[in-house]
Amino acid sequence: MRKTLVVTALAVAVPFLAACTENADSSDGAADGGNPRALSVESSDDACKVSAAEAPAGTLTFDVTNTGSQVTEFYLLGDDGLRIVSEVENIGPGLNREMTVNAPAGSYFTACKPGMKGEGIRAGFTVTDSDDEPTTSADEQQLIDQAVSNYAAYVQDQSDQLLAKTEQFVDLYKAGDDDAARTLYPDARTHWERIETVAESFGDLDPKLDLREADLEPGQEWTGWHRLEKDLWPQRAEDYTPLTTEERATYADDLLANTQTLHERVGELTYTVDQIANGSRGLLEEVALGKVTGEEEYWSHTDLWDFQANVDGARVGYEGVKPILEQKDPQLAGELDARFADLQALLDAQRAGDGFKTYDQLTPDEVKQLSDAVNALSEPLSKLTAAVLS
Amino acid sequence: MARQVSRRSLLGGGAAAAGVAGAFVVGRASEGAPAEHAARPATYAFRGAHQAGITTPAQDRLHFAAFDVTTDDRDALVDLLKKWTDAAERMTQGKPAGTVGPVEGATNVPPDDTGEAIGLSPSGLTITFGFGPTLFRTDDGHDRFGLADRQPRALRTLPHFPADNLDPMRSYGDLCVQACADDPQVAVHAIRNLARIGFGTVSVRWSQLGFGRTSTTSVDQSTPRNLFGFKDGTMNIKAEETSDVDAHVWVGADDDTKASWLAGGSYLVARRINMTIEVWDRQPLGDQEAFIGRSKDTGAPLSGGSEHAEPDFDMPGSGGLPIIAPDSHVRLVHPDFNGGARMLRRGYNFVDGSNSLGGLDAGLFFLAFVRDPDTHFIPIQTKMAANDALMEYLKVNGSALFAVPPGTKAGEFVGQSLFS
Repeated sequence: MRKTLVVTALAVAVPFLAACTENADSSDGAADGGNPRALSVESSDDACKVSAAEAPAGTLTFDVTNTGSQVTEFYLLGDDGLRIVSEVENIGPGLNREMTVNAPAGSYFTACKPGMKGEGIRAGFTVTDSDDEPTTSADEQQLIDQAVSNYAAYVQDQSDQLLAKTEQFVDLYKAGDDDAARTLYPDARTHWERIETVAESFGDLDPKLDLREADLEPGQEWTGWHRLEKDLWPQRAEDYTPLTTEERATYADDLLANTQTLHERVGELTYTVDQIANGSRGLLEEVALGKVTGEEEYWSHTDLWDFQANVDGARVGYEGVKPILEQKDPQLAGELDARFADLQALLDAQRAGDGFKTYDQLTPDEVKQLSDAVNALSEPLSKLTAAVLS
Repeated sequence: MARQVSRRSLLGGGAAAAGVAGAFVVGRASEGAPAEHAARPATYAFRGAHQAGITTPAQDRLHFAAFDVTTDDRDALVDLLKKWTDAAERMTQGKPAGTVGPVEGATNVPPDDTGEAIGLSPSGLTITFGFGPTLFRTDDGHDRFGLADRQPRALRTLPHFPADNLDPMRSYGDLCVQACADDPQVAVHAIRNLARIGFGTVSVRWSQLGFGRTSTTSVDQSTPRNLFGFKDGTMNIKAEETSDVDAHVWVGADDDTKASWLAGGSYLVARRINMTIEVWDRQPLGDQEAFIGRSKDTGAPLSGGSEHAEPDFDMPGSGGLPIIAPDSHVRLVHPDFNGGARMLRRGYNFVDGSNSLGGLDAGLFFLAFVRDPDTHFIPIQTKMAANDALMEYLKVNGSALFAVPPGTKAGEFVGQSLFS
């Protein structure tokens, strides 16, 4: 995924209740005559043809094909015509997307919105009583509200701690107390790494705070954590000239100022469950792409602190939506619990003192085991969002 | 010499079949191959106005090698280029690398052809040569061969791009040879024999195998897929678009007065782009399509139409963003947003086994021929490295730039215009 948690507009958006979208598989018999819960929708520039005007309660599948010339959206709306029960967005011309929704008996509206303008082309839609009546609704909304509010509190707490420890770190570094700065460095960064996907959604701040030297563009100034990291751990650098006291102050003050900006912006954020679930997946991707390879903390080798922090953030995100998942897919929840525990056991084996061994102390075999555990967790985790929204 | 045989004649078609298109359908590469191969010639002319292997319909397999010249003797370098010319011309016509042959010579000397291509069709082999910046001037400025004043203006080490993590032993080189064929063993045979001829004058710096073409260079070819599973090279310049080929691929006669020898040639950008396959595979389909800006199924732009429909970058999508996202690959590299610049891409999928973590060591070996890298590659790559959603899944660990001399005319050796 893009490393952003908040800003990215994905094809899935679920304001209230359960829904998910996926590409229709033309061979799965969707919209065939035999299954009254499989419906097809043809959205053209001026019409919205739904294959039936009613269906029995249960899991309904709408196979939406855009036959028009502009981007369309499809909605199932409540009987007030306002409440969005489920939607699928961003269906390009000629494309096909599937929307599944658990719909209890009642009156609804279907709506195609070619060009995404206005109220859309609407028609009444009836869901009739059935033995497969979905059991969720009010309870689930409560779980969603709980997950969202808990996650917001977690991010805020991490951001508070990040700011406080960055202040301490900057003071130590500017004062030349390098041993204490080196000790605090991975500890302070833990709070960044726990909420990395949130922080990275601010595309202007992320490169100023967390860019690695290898990812610089020509002419781009290198600032942020890793600039100071290299100055504190110059052993791997060739012909390195330590920063002067003035340069130290410049870079350190810049780090603190950007962290303060981040803190202010984090306070204004709100979240949805799909963002939380996607963020959990995204943090494991951060591990797979940068930490398990030992590239993130090239100079200090403190990658395992980041590794643990990414896993912490991923687990908090997962556990926040887990009550919903346990209703939808208890088997996936069980698998994720086990895989998180496996990975944590491997990390715990590398603890030393208050922290971890440095990454250069790990054997190739230990790195491979960590990588395998990340893969084993990441595969089921990649299904979390769709399962929570189903 | 009298026993010299063409590989083609070993296939039962008879020596007289030389040059007949489609005569070699019993060749190994043809088994089970798509129908489009059947219509392809088995051989391409080595000599011509431009080198073969550029606008030639992209073959399925690649072996690419970069060499360092190990001598400072200009005559030795020229002598090697003459020998390479001779061997390359022979091999592309389905003959052995040497004048004797793999099994035709005396039993008390090693054969002058290594033999693994016996019985194989010429498989559309093309061999294309290029000159790296260090041939003209070493990194410390030494003019080894008296060529420095003829160094093309744009031929220099490419700048560092974000996400470049270059391995020097997968990058750079004084010379390069691109061997493309529809049979992997024919391509490997070509590089192996040219390397052997070069011992003492050059040494192999690095080489790369490619197992599947990722570009289409002719309107007769279907668009292949890269290892992300998407059709790649839909927008590529096709050989039939002759005015675009002239405008974007061949160096013009007046482009570079100091390097007029390069007129009719091109620049070749080679980049080994590792894909983090395992992480990519965990991306939801809708996200994958948003990153690329195209349907994974048909290759059509997300704004609709068929694969070759022009993308509509202004078409609004949900959430206030265009349906083809600002950071989508198709938008960032499209000529409309790059001063009209187009490339002739000729890259290949590669899988070099697995890495130490058990992940596929795989990706795209990017090859592009352009008239001027300063206008047709560097600005586009800079933009892509900074903004493209795909960059999250890419790591570049090899990079090189070469000047590709024009075609070799009758009686000439490859690159002769540089030395005359």
